[in-house]
Amino acid sequence: MKANKIPIGPFHPLLEEAEYFELTVEGETVVDIDMEIGWMHRGHEYISEMKTFTQSIYLVERICGICSTSHPLACVHAVEDIDNIEIPLRARYIRTLVGELERIHSHLLWVGLAGHFIGYDTLWMWAWKYREPVLEMFEIISGNRNHYGMMRVGGVARDVDSAKIVELYKHLDMIEKKMVMVAKVVRDDPVVKSRLKGVGVLTHEAAVAYCATGPTSRASGVPWDVRRDEPTDAYDLVDFEVIVLPNGDVYDKAVVRVLEVIESVKIIRQCLDKLKVVQGPILNNVKDISPGEGIGRYEAPRGEVFHYIRSDGTNRPIRHKVRAPSYVNIPTFTASCKGIPIADVLITLASVDPCYCCTERSLKVIDSSCESRQIDLLKSSREKTERIRREIHGN
Amino acid sequence: MGWYNKRLAKSLWVFHASGSPCNNCDIEILDLITPRYDIERLGIKLVGSVRHADVLLVTGIFNQKIAPKLKKIYEQAPKPVFVVAIGTCVSGGCCFKDSYNRVEKREEVIPIDMYVPGCPPKPEAMIEAVAKLMGVLNG
Repeated sequence: MKANKIPIGPFHPLLEEAEYFELTVEGETVVDIDMEIGWMHRGHEYISEMKTFTQSIYLVERICGICSTSHPLACVHAVEDIDNIEIPLRARYIRTLVGELERIHSHLLWVGLAGHFIGYDTLWMWAWKYREPVLEMFEIISGNRNHYGMMRVGGVARDVDSAKIVELYKHLDMIEKKMVMVAKVVRDDPVVKSRLKGVGVLTHEAAVAYCATGPTSRASGVPWDVRRDEPTDAYDLVDFEVIVLPNGDVYDKAVVRVLEVIESVKIIRQCLDKLKVVQGPILNNVKDISPGEGIGRYEAPRGEVFHYIRSDGTNRPIRHKVRAPSYVNIPTFTASCKGIPIADVLITLASVDPCYCCTERSLKVIDSSCESRQIDLLKSSREKTERIRREIHGN
Repeated sequence: MGWYNKRLAKSLWVFHASGSPCNNCDIEILDLITPRYDIERLGIKLVGSVRHADVLLVTGIFNQKIAPKLKKIYEQAPKPVFVVAIGTCVSGGCCFKDSYNRVEKREEVIPIDMYVPGCPPKPEAMIEAVAKLMGVLNG
């Protein structure tokens, strides 16, 4: 059978961000997939070298609107790693609290969009409705719905006082009840189950081979979580489970995420309990960063975020390298999309929760081959139209 | 075009194009159509194709790669189409002012009718922008 190519993007209703996929299909079956990235490239690493350490926290916050705690957290871990800076206990709990709140809102966002992609809009509306209280909690803590500006080298920028904690408990109780309901919907709904079970399987071997991280790998039975394996902040002081499921299909990825949300609620409750009793400073004032290099890691909602910073003793980093989780998760499409019908491709593409903003902030896309291919595609498309026109009109 | 605009203002169809943003404005735009803000009660609908759109929402700093595509999107839209720029990135570049990949003159890519600053703007601000647009269209 002759293979056809289907272009998706860069602007497509499926994709919230601009992205370009090219599917090679034989009949209904996908035989190959090609991706072109770089539509979101803004040059963060270059800009970061012109900013001071504190300014670059605000910059990396804007790598991605959804991971706007994960990137700053990994960034401050990297700077703190240079000088082994101590962080006050209260600040550690606040960091963990904000990080886990972000995980809830990110996973809920994904569950909603996944529901939307499979045509289950009720789930979308539910998930996004219950995401609003999480954003409200952020507003109570930091004053903004997204982009919190909470992290500082050596602590956090704002305290969570006891009046706020009472408010946060109220919201948290509500969220917990609704999360149990959403988890039930995702796990037990027969429509969701039959639609997602066995779709877009990423095997354990493929997950290891592609170095997938986060829920994408944990749904394929790779038990890897930075929060547990190399605990930073207050993660070694709280109890939580790492959710690992064996099958690697989209259903498992969805279940891993909704169960992680419930774990996050548990962590937040422990943090709030501790914040009531643990008093003290929230910021360890750091004057200078000595020359050296440091790495920082954090388990973002999508996987492991990695920051590398080199300092020469001035107030600016001379090198700032970022590795975002989607960068390693996106190539897994090659493994998970081959051989599946085209109707399943969309949800499989969405299943790793790709975040192109994270991925493309610093990528050099060498475009010569892509350029020529796109022109060829356009040309061949025009030629085909011309051919069909001739067949119809006979001249 | 007064009579046309008045009819248009009853039900604005919106297409959302992201020109290399940080994704946050895009999520807040999607937030608008979910139950808390439910902008569909004002007759506004997010559509999947730019050929159905009356309003184009653009976000981001417009990098070199996406600018020609955005221009194409604008050319494909049936006129009159109103372009609303969401977020500080389009208005002033935000912290990406120094980026080597930024398009300097964003007005040359897409002529922008309205700016909603904020990083990201609150959904209430976006609703107000839409209400103002409706007011203008109604004369």
